[in-house]
Amino acid sequence: MSTLAIEHLTIGLPEGADRPFAVEDVSMTIDKGQILCVVGESGSGKSMTANALMGLLPPGVTVKAGRAMFESRDVIRLPDAEKMALRGAQIAMIFQEPMTALNPLMRIGDQIAEVFAAHDRFTQAERRKKALDLIREVQLPDPEKIIRAYPFQLSGGQRQRAMIAMALALEPKLLIADEPTTALDVTTQAQILKLILDLRARRGMAVMFITHDFGVVAEIADEVIVMRTGKVVERGPARAVLQDPQHEYTKRLLEAIPTGKLPPARALSETPALQIKGLRKIYRTGGGMFRAPREVRAVDDVSLSVARGEVLGLVGESGSGKSTLGRTAVRLVTPDAGQVLVGGVDLAALSDEDLRRQRHKVQMVFQDPYASLNPRQRIIGAITDGPIARGIPRREAESRARELLEIVGLGADAASRFPHEFSGGQRQRIGIARALAMDPELIIADEAVSALDVSIQAQVLDLLRDLREKMGLSILFITHDLRVAAQLCDRIAVMQKGRLVEIGTVHEIFLNPTEDYTRQLLAAVPGADWDNQKVLA
Amino acid sequence: MSFWTRFRSNTGAMIGVVLLIAVIAVALFAPLIFEHSPWQMVQRPFLAPFAVDGLPLGTDTLGRDVASQLAYGARVSLLVGLVSTLVALLIGVPLGALAGFYGGYVDEGAMRFTEFFQTIPNFALAIVLVAIFEPSLASITLAIAIVSWPPVARLVRAEVMSVRKREFVDAATLAGLSKPRILIRQVLPNTVSPIIVMASLMVATAILLESSLSFLGLGDPNAMSWGYMIGAARTVIRSSWWLSFFPGIAIIITVLALNLIGEGLNDALNPHLSRKGRA
Repeated sequence: MSTLAIEHLTIGLPEGADRPFAVEDVSMTIDKGQILCVVGESGSGKSMTANALMGLLPPGVTVKAGRAMFESRDVIRLPDAEKMALRGAQIAMIFQEPMTALNPLMRIGDQIAEVFAAHDRFTQAERRKKALDLIREVQLPDPEKIIRAYPFQLSGGQRQRAMIAMALALEPKLLIADEPTTALDVTTQAQILKLILDLRARRGMAVMFITHDFGVVAEIADEVIVMRTGKVVERGPARAVLQDPQHEYTKRLLEAIPTGKLPPARALSETPALQIKGLRKIYRTGGGMFRAPREVRAVDDVSLSVARGEVLGLVGESGSGKSTLGRTAVRLVTPDAGQVLVGGVDLAALSDEDLRRQRHKVQMVFQDPYASLNPRQRIIGAITDGPIARGIPRREAESRARELLEIVGLGADAASRFPHEFSGGQRQRIGIARALAMDPELIIADEAVSALDVSIQAQVLDLLRDLREKMGLSILFITHDLRVAAQLCDRIAVMQKGRLVEIGTVHEIFLNPTEDYTRQLLAAVPGADWDNQKVLA
Repeated sequence: MSFWTRFRSNTGAMIGVVLLIAVIAVALFAPLIFEHSPWQMVQRPFLAPFAVDGLPLGTDTLGRDVASQLAYGARVSLLVGLVSTLVALLIGVPLGALAGFYGGYVDEGAMRFTEFFQTIPNFALAIVLVAIFEPSLASITLAIAIVSWPPVARLVRAEVMSVRKREFVDAATLAGLSKPRILIRQVLPNTVSPIIVMASLMVATAILLESSLSFLGLGDPNAMSWGYMIGAARTVIRSSWWLSFFPGIAIIITVLALNLIGEGLNDALNPHLSRKGRA
């Protein structure tokens, strides 16, 4: 007897959307104690399916056909009152972004107790005790303190644990997890996945786990369903789908995953494109007449160099200072000490006016493809602004811009359009073209592929690899994802808490890491074992 | 969906547009509709509406045509509302933009200057200014502009501060663009929608302010305005209700139309913040 059986579910989108149905004729069953992974890229309808179960569909989106049987009742067509009683008590959900899912003005303990209060269970004192037990169960450190803490006082992983504690409060039979680890660091992700596996074993819950990451699938899934544009393209036991995918789309997705397979080493030139010497940046917050300010050493005495034509990967978890280092290298942030040498000029020491003239030497490709282009400026303007400011005639700059748009694979007719007409991957290509237009000696790519779907990510990585060969680009590639770094980089630098932990060639770092922290990072990569199996098989 | 389709689907906003176009048309064509000036005596005083043919809204205390006065009053109200809002934008937008973009001492200075104006009650300051300058259309417009720019400066400052932190501004910095250029070409265009919404509501407030000033007898003595009509009729409000009733209705309709348009613009320009309930 399955816990949940979705039968021929079809969800209609409002008129004028790019397709008539968000989800079309989707069926799935989840048994007690089973973890079903629903995998797909953005827009595949995987989250819509979960939202329909919880009655969280956005306005205009409606269930057209099909049913979802849970304990012999159709949860989609229950009256609102019964749905409310069911939510939380029988079916619970955790979300991607634990910061926005928690109430910032309520203590963690109170938020957990509120779940009991909403369903009218227990007395005040019992609720508090239960909340404490739950906090212990999800292995939050120092439960007595956590129960009184506010969400902002917790780290991302701790917040997600608190969310899970809330979800578990009423011992639901089904847990829906919508990308719960996507916003987390690898080591934290590994811990949360382990926690979900533990809880499943202890409580025998059914889990519907929505993700875009096949690495995560390999770690926890029993069954897998692959979705694309609202339809199920493949389903089966995890092992079978991962090792012997049947559908073209699944095969492509699996191929697009950055694997631990290392590219052959390349000979590197000796001349440095970028040299960073003794760089230091300290952020001070708070403080007053009687209180010492809080100091965060974002970058602490870091020295490294990027050779001409080299791709150096800068890897670390959030808060490791890797982004600050990148922003210091282009001097969007002015360092407190140290040198940033590009072609013999110390960018860190220039005056504003001199700096403006040297700006073109280092360019950046940003993380968020939606925020990094001015929504009210045409693409051609975004690309030519820089060269024109440098004194290149408009006509020449524009023809070069069209050429670059061709090179990054967009076609010259993209020039006269506005950013909102492009998808995330295309925008990132525009970002790359904009950086190239300045003829930089070095490009800093700050999490440039992190916000993209795997298949798009693979295309952008291909483009970067291609450009590296053709144009001899030097790139400082900042990422939190070791698998991505392995694909593109010649050398890798690992940062932790503002310090450079280890630096070496890709082969050294992956095969013979000398530092414990690097080893931890490597071990936490989801699906690492499965990769090895694949290599062996 | 484009801006225009979203705006058109808002019934309230479309009603506002129709009303405003009607008011503008009356103001524009006043000399064609009424052959005599609003100051000219045409019949005996205190004629009730429809008492005599050709005077649908009756006559006032001096025997002047109320309908003609209303039509010419629309010109003053709209002109003062529009021009004072433009002047207020001219003061508020640059000041707010500089404060938000450069921060630090520039911000401190500009904001303390703004607060200086915000601490004085609007209407009291407007009365003092008009009294000092001698009442004329120009001085009234200027006075209204001077009391209404501080909220604009605050809004633009807040918008600029949030846009300034977006990544495309970093990208423009890396492109070697100068700071003034980044502010004008990259940041300001992205703050236009809230400014437009605020401006449409400011026109309505300005019309109310002008009417209040005229009501107190601080209007331009050579311009017929709705506020003046109500002010002049207040002593006879019990015997000749229509003298204050019709100009009052005119003010309500115009202000309502502008508010409806303002809300419609807000919903159409910020579709994510739309206050419409769930479908």
